[in-house]
Amino acid sequence: MTVIETLPTLAEAARSGAPFFGGGTIWMRAVNAGEAPPRLVRTADPALRDIQGAGDAVRIGAGVTMAQILARGDLSFLHAPARAIGGPQVRNQATVGGNLFAPHPYGDFAVALIALGARAVLAGQGGARPVEEVVRDRARPPLVAALEVPRPRDARAFGWLKVSRVKPKGVSVLSIAVLAPREGGRLRGVRVAFGAMGPHPMRAAGAERALEGGALDAAAIARAAAQAAEGLDPPTDAIASAWYRRAVAGVHLRRLLEGMA
Amino acid sequence: MRPVTFTLNGAPRAAFAAEGQNLLDFLRRGVGDLSPKYGCGQGSCGACTVIVDGETRLACLMPAEDAAGRRVETAAGLDPQGRHPLQEAFMEHFAAQCGYCTPGMLMAARALLDRNPRPSRDEVIEAISGNLCRCTGYEPIIAAILSAAEARA
Repeated sequence: MTVIETLPTLAEAARSGAPFFGGGTIWMRAVNAGEAPPRLVRTADPALRDIQGAGDAVRIGAGVTMAQILARGDLSFLHAPARAIGGPQVRNQATVGGNLFAPHPYGDFAVALIALGARAVLAGQGGARPVEEVVRDRARPPLVAALEVPRPRDARAFGWLKVSRVKPKGVSVLSIAVLAPREGGRLRGVRVAFGAMGPHPMRAAGAERALEGGALDAAAIARAAAQAAEGLDPPTDAIASAWYRRAVAGVHLRRLLEGMA
Repeated sequence: MRPVTFTLNGAPRAAFAAEGQNLLDFLRRGVGDLSPKYGCGQGSCGACTVIVDGETRLACLMPAEDAAGRRVETAAGLDPQGRHPLQEAFMEHFAAQCGYCTPGMLMAARALLDRNPRPSRDEVIEAISGNLCRCTGYEPIIAAILSAAEARA
């Protein structure tokens, strides 16, 4: 039996040391199966569901749902990845913070956050850490209060692709997010992130190196595609084998980049 | 156990929920509304779809205590005779075979038509994308929802 305890503040939830119950789309499966720990904690703190952001970055509370993001016209750059999470019912419940630690094959929204250069504000700590670092702590996930997400200066500089066998709702063969800002015709600050290509969403160093500093032309795209899976160790599951994911990662990256060129 | 007071299909209700009990189990065993179905218990199939404060929810993934003070709607509340326009359209278009997904499909469709009375075919597909049907191949369900929307307009 699992007790889901609601604490007054996020700070108290952090101090409790118990796993945090966000939207519940992942924890309730374990609760239903009798596999959840005896105690989960959460908080009704309204700050967790705040969205603030007029300037270059938007601050999204960790408890904001995918549906809340889809309801905001000013967050249209996040609509494609938010729509890629679950079905409509799941999006009414699944949170931005929970997605960071959703186990494979879930966590596609975090892939977009990593490519955008988002940072996670941890509960009870000053400052913010890059999302790609925070998502590595799978064993004892830190308690995230909010995400600071830089808005892409040019909407066309951000690309998103989720590859799934069942449409419109299916789990990932893989997902890809690319931030490719241009300065005077050259790419500066390229970030490429993959989902379902490792134990957690991660950046693709090979593809980033191939693109950085050059033009987004056929030769650069071919180089990025060839190095897409460099250093990545994708899992084998019912959807695809590790071999298959490694083989098609470059193909899908090429298609995404061609659409952004 | 904790008391949960809420509104079910417009009528005030109160029942006790166990620790960790989900809303689906609470509605079926605690309250006696058998219209939401238990399919997977994992949020994959949508058979337990209910509407909570106007939003579709998977009752199996929602703690029962979270219904406190809220408006819960299930397929049992669509129409006392089972002749809601959506139900009529599902019959007309043979949109149910075994019928197990039907209450969830009806609630997903109801939520769609409440916020978008004239949906496109793509919007209907998106709205029921969280609900599995292993009998019909979905086409009769899509046709039924589109025709119910037309009839209402």
